[in-house]
Amino acid sequence: MARALIDVPKSPRRGEIIEIRTLIAHPMETGYRAGGDGRKLPRDIVRRFSCRYDGELVFSAEFFPAVAANPYCAFHTVATASGTLTFTWEGDNGFTQTEAVAITVT
Amino acid sequence: MSGLAPAIVAGIVAAGSLGIALIAQAQADARRSGFESMGPATQAMQRDDRENPGMLWVRDGEALWSRKAGTADRSCADCHGAAPAGMRGVAARYPAFDARLQRPVNLAQRISLCRQERQQAEPLRAESQELLSLESFVALQSRGLPIAPPADPRLAPFRERGRELYRQRMGQLDLACAQCHDDNAGKRLGSSVIPQGHPTGYPIYRLEWQGLGSLYRRLRGCLTGVRAEPFPPDAPELVELELHLAARAAGMPVETPAVRP
Repeated sequence: MARALIDVPKSPRRGEIIEIRTLIAHPMETGYRAGGDGRKLPRDIVRRFSCRYDGELVFSAEFFPAVAANPYCAFHTVATASGTLTFTWEGDNGFTQTEAVAITVT
Repeated sequence: MSGLAPAIVAGIVAAGSLGIALIAQAQADARRSGFESMGPATQAMQRDDRENPGMLWVRDGEALWSRKAGTADRSCADCHGAAPAGMRGVAARYPAFDARLQRPVNLAQRISLCRQERQQAEPLRAESQELLSLESFVALQSRGLPIAPPADPRLAPFRERGRELYRQRMGQLDLACAQCHDDNAGKRLGSSVIPQGHPTGYPIYRLEWQGLGSLYRRLRGCLTGVRAEPFPPDAPELVELELHLAARAAGMPVETPAVRP
């Protein structure tokens, strides 16, 4: 189940500072907890999140085991032109998820 | 004189019933959803669908709603139509009486029954991702509507047993639900505010769970908390308790998917 919620303003004006909010479904298992059998649960977290605006990197973040499950990340950027915002989450066990959202700048 | 006395009596009776009505209203107003004792950050998380992680399950439920399943090769939508119209207010009425089983069933059990009988599909495991997703999607269609327990007289004995169970001391700590959630609600247990225990937002996204969970998971948490043996997932006691809790919270708005600490 690949799931993410992404909120991008519908039609911002050129030059406007916009807030982008993202939420992705991920267990963010820390690697420090023990399971029901007493054995340590292997770490399974999102390591890196990045957002590209028409290919240009506008925001990136590194995540660590202290980040809660289903991590929420909000950030700002300047609406420069109509185009595509590409969001990528990468993590342990080869986890990778990419979502693209179109943005129309007026 | 003899004509005046009945008038006075009637006046007293009227004032008395008015008093009872006012007390009842004050009691109704004294009910608080757990939402109100949460911190502002957690409240903001619930208010905004783009921040509320429960919406991840709701979106899944939306997809499952129109996915065909089972040998009948039918989806929920094939019978019920679009959920916003067909499922509006449904969750607010559950648990309801099932005529065939001759007992009350809750929303999750109703979905499972529908899946087995109409879709001829494998039943969904209790509290599985799929069932929680469907349940939260259906319950979302009642968000903001008042909890409306059915007046079905066949439910009465079950609801009454739930009421008794709520006041029944249990476990090694010998505590009843009512002792915390009626007698000491609003006070603190450790650092946490004791809520009044109204099931307004299930399934809830609980920060402690780091995921979405059912009312039964919450009840299990309380039962192990008082060191009682939790009821098995299909125990009739759980539905009876839910019936009582729904009656207790009648009229309070549905908040699904709620966020709780």
